[in-house]
Amino acid sequence: MAEHKINIDNQIGILFDAAECIGCGSCYEACKLQNKLPETNKDFLRDHLSDKTYTTIEQHGDYYSRKLCMHCIEPTCVSVCPVGAFEKTELGPVLYDEDKCIGCRYCMQACPHNIPRYEWSSTSPGVRKCVMCNERLKEGKLTACAEACPVQATVCGKLSDLIKEAKNRIKKHPEKYFPHIYGLEEAGGSNVIILSPVPFDQLGYSVKIPKQSMPDFTMKAMEKIPTVVSVGGIFLTGMYWLTKRKNQIKKEEHHLEEKK
Amino acid sequence: MKTKLAAIFNFQKITFWKAAAFLIAVIGVYSFFIRITKGLGASTNLNDFVPWGLWIGVDFIGVGLAAAGFTIAATAHIFNNHKYESIARPAILTAYIGYMMVVALLVIDLGKPEHFWHPLIMWNIHSVMFEITWCVICYSTILSIEFAPVVLEKYNFPRLLKFVKKITPGAIILGVLFSTLHQSSFGSLYLIVPAKVYPLWYSSYLPVHFFISCIAAGLSMIILEAYLCARAFGQGLNIRILSGLGKGVLTVLIIELVFKFSDLISAGKFNLLFVPLNETYFFWLEIIIGFVIPIWILTHPKYRVNRTGLYFAAIFTISGFILNRMNVCVTSLVRSSGQSYVPSLEEIGITLFLIMIAMIAFKYVVENFKVFSHEETHETKAAENVTAVLEGNR
Repeated sequence: MAEHKINIDNQIGILFDAAECIGCGSCYEACKLQNKLPETNKDFLRDHLSDKTYTTIEQHGDYYSRKLCMHCIEPTCVSVCPVGAFEKTELGPVLYDEDKCIGCRYCMQACPHNIPRYEWSSTSPGVRKCVMCNERLKEGKLTACAEACPVQATVCGKLSDLIKEAKNRIKKHPEKYFPHIYGLEEAGGSNVIILSPVPFDQLGYSVKIPKQSMPDFTMKAMEKIPTVVSVGGIFLTGMYWLTKRKNQIKKEEHHLEEKK
Repeated sequence: MKTKLAAIFNFQKITFWKAAAFLIAVIGVYSFFIRITKGLGASTNLNDFVPWGLWIGVDFIGVGLAAAGFTIAATAHIFNNHKYESIARPAILTAYIGYMMVVALLVIDLGKPEHFWHPLIMWNIHSVMFEITWCVICYSTILSIEFAPVVLEKYNFPRLLKFVKKITPGAIILGVLFSTLHQSSFGSLYLIVPAKVYPLWYSSYLPVHFFISCIAAGLSMIILEAYLCARAFGQGLNIRILSGLGKGVLTVLIIELVFKFSDLISAGKFNLLFVPLNETYFFWLEIIIGFVIPIWILTHPKYRVNRTGLYFAAIFTISGFILNRMNVCVTSLVRSSGQSYVPSLEEIGITLFLIMIAMIAFKYVVENFKVFSHEETHETKAAENVTAVLEGNR
């Protein structure tokens, strides 16, 4: 795993356990209520993420999966936004500032989990996604979805505790779980981690996501910029001086020959 | 008597091109109106899974085709190869107009165009988009310095002209650096989505591919312009220079082709070249149109010294380049987004309208300023007189 630049010890996270989820829709309803979002579909199982829906529940055979912002530890959206409209907060949530946003939608293009949604029908659209109930966390409360969950399928707490809890659940019931914690390494790790009874692609999670911090992919190119600029600058200045001098000498020689 | 404006557009004569231009203008203004009043959702076919479409592709293409602005300026004024001095001005003009068009389109594409100035004061140095924004702003400023002599000569500001000429070499060096950075950075934009871009196009060398390919496309653009200008206003370019450009295009195309395939093979993607998928076909189309055909034409010396031969080589190189950029920003993402994307009427309308404005602007500047070199203009003045006489006799 990549070395994290910020201290994650005190950060809050969410654990979603697909083996426990009964697909009741309580988290979906609680999220709508908490974020004052309008109804988008009578059947929550058929709804999808949008600018008016920050979390969804999908049915995959006998199991249910949840989609929501993963709140990556080194978020792609934070790194790609040209104006720094995204921020990874101390507590863990990745937040978005619409007043800064210019609307280039690079965050949507770049997000490895395909989470950010856009207000396409607005003439001054903003990006919308789960904010991990930041205001509630600041008051010491749980996220609305975790509070609403009747079966401990969605748990909110300190990230380090949640990782221990997830490992415990797998250890205690190895027959019940696919032996992987999704989000621990995906895209360099996130504050949302997921357990599943089956391989994760069967629940609609992307398994192609690299297990390293995404901003590193860009940094490998960006860190070459100073070299390109300095070497290029010296080379071009040198060439300018050299070729100019060469032409001058040629001209002088030409003059001399003419005089002869 | 004709007014000056009427003389520029020559309203009396209705030709196919004027009718087409009128149609494009009507659709363009309508599309712009829908974009502003109804938003991106109503005016584009973009959605949450395809947040970037035709406009971003056209931005890549516009900036790439403007690449001659820095390569020719460097050849003529940094490497002091005076043979190419006469095409420095058309190249810089192309770049200038190209960048203005791209900036306009970028702002239209923004969800909040009223915030377009935010990157100036709100910084995120980790963002490729931020770097591109700054490079484009700086390079556009430099292009105005590089093009200023043309305007200053015409309106006779000798002292200012002298000053501008003094700072020009420095400006050109900076221009080359800014261009190198942002031409390649358009490729860097996709480095962060390795799981989304189809592997035939994804490469950690994407910025290098973008940089090399823009040089061939930019030089081809000058060949194309020279050919079209020769036909339109009798202002052309010396065949010696054009075939020099042709040689340049050939060299760059071969380098990029070899690099492209060695990159694919060393990344273990050789087998992907023969998988029967749409992506494979589009990739080969790009290789055949953009590399095989123009390289074949240009390796024949008899076509390389022939205007028509060069013209076709340029057309193929540019088409292949356009295909490559559209492949990277549309084709390569279809599979991972699970959605196919076809641009809307409004997206196409605004794009064509801007291209048309750029062409009219180019024509206007060429006709009113000394863009093409002296001798050439003398020749063409004579040619113009002849045609004027002929037309008068009709």
